[in-house]
Amino acid sequence: MIDQYSELSIWIVIIALGIGTFLIRWSFLGALGNRDMPEWVLRMLRYTPVAVLPALVAPLVMWPAATDGQPDPARLSAAAATVAVGVLTKNVILSILAGAITLFGLLYVLG
Amino acid sequence: MAPSPAPRPDPGQPAPDEAGLRALARTPAQAFRHGMVQALPFLIVIVPFAVLFGVVALEAGMDLAQTMGFSVLVLAGASQFTAVQLMTDNAPIFIVILSGLAVNLRMAMYSASLVPWLRDAPAAQKGWLAYLLIDQSYALAVQHYERHPRLSVRQRMAYFFGTAMALSIPWMAATWAGATLGRAIPDDIALDFAMPITFLAMIAPMLRTAAHLVACFVAISAALLFAGLPSGLGLMIAAPLGMAAGALVETWTERRKGQMS
Repeated sequence: MIDQYSELSIWIVIIALGIGTFLIRWSFLGALGNRDMPEWVLRMLRYTPVAVLPALVAPLVMWPAATDGQPDPARLSAAAATVAVGVLTKNVILSILAGAITLFGLLYVLG
Repeated sequence: MAPSPAPRPDPGQPAPDEAGLRALARTPAQAFRHGMVQALPFLIVIVPFAVLFGVVALEAGMDLAQTMGFSVLVLAGASQFTAVQLMTDNAPIFIVILSGLAVNLRMAMYSASLVPWLRDAPAAQKGWLAYLLIDQSYALAVQHYERHPRLSVRQRMAYFFGTAMALSIPWMAATWAGATLGRAIPDDIALDFAMPITFLAMIAPMLRTAAHLVACFVAISAALLFAGLPSGLGLMIAAPLGMAAGALVETWTERRKGQMS
């Protein structure tokens, strides 16, 4: 639960993300035009999703809050199934389904 | 690599084929409808994802207005989930904002690669486009522009707005549905894991090259190593490390290719 965030700070997050995201999307097309970016910046940008999202998720998979930070076989297996199906099929929906079925299946079996 | 990997529109292109002629003959209104139709298959991914965001935001304790605020004003799924997750962890506000924006940095690349196609569009239209520039619309538009290089700027813009309309309005509506109907979901169901599973499912198909794999691996290792740091700080270290690792491997791979040829 979000308990340490006031109504106002949640709205500050929303507005800041809204404006910031708009400026990122607008950047080149709206203001920077054809100006060349250093090559290394573009290279780094290419890897933002595959670096940020796994780094965000990894601790949640290893030490879930729902089990008080204890590694949980059902959640670990669900994560593995999601990645495996995602890599093999390249299909986001199938991959989510594989993870969800593994999670609820194992939670049910393991009690 | 130049900021615009797409080939520039070139008047000396070979004559367009039949599909090309049809594309060229479309009025802006027809191009808009064409974009809408071509975007429809993506709803299979977008709608459940938006419903899930509504449910997760509700479970995290946000009210309907805040949840809709995210989906209408930010309009970027991964960063919306990231922000809600970090607020749930009570991360400091600047880390929530920085992380949410970091997830969207890739869109600067999208913006750069659209410049050669849309540079001459009116500023107001570019503004609307920037508001609506989501992954799926970007991918559809660039494919369409490259396939039909002779389209006018008006046709290109109309096509883009068609795809954006077909995807963004369902995104908002499905968020609302999730946030409203989510109350019916029993509390003991393991929804805590919906976000990790969704993110993993989004990442897995992106792991196409060695560089992507290394970026992912380094980011995960660092995130686990720094998990003991105050909430959100580990991410601020792990993500740039992963990005740098990916960029390094890409440089090496290209250099090796250069030497072999």
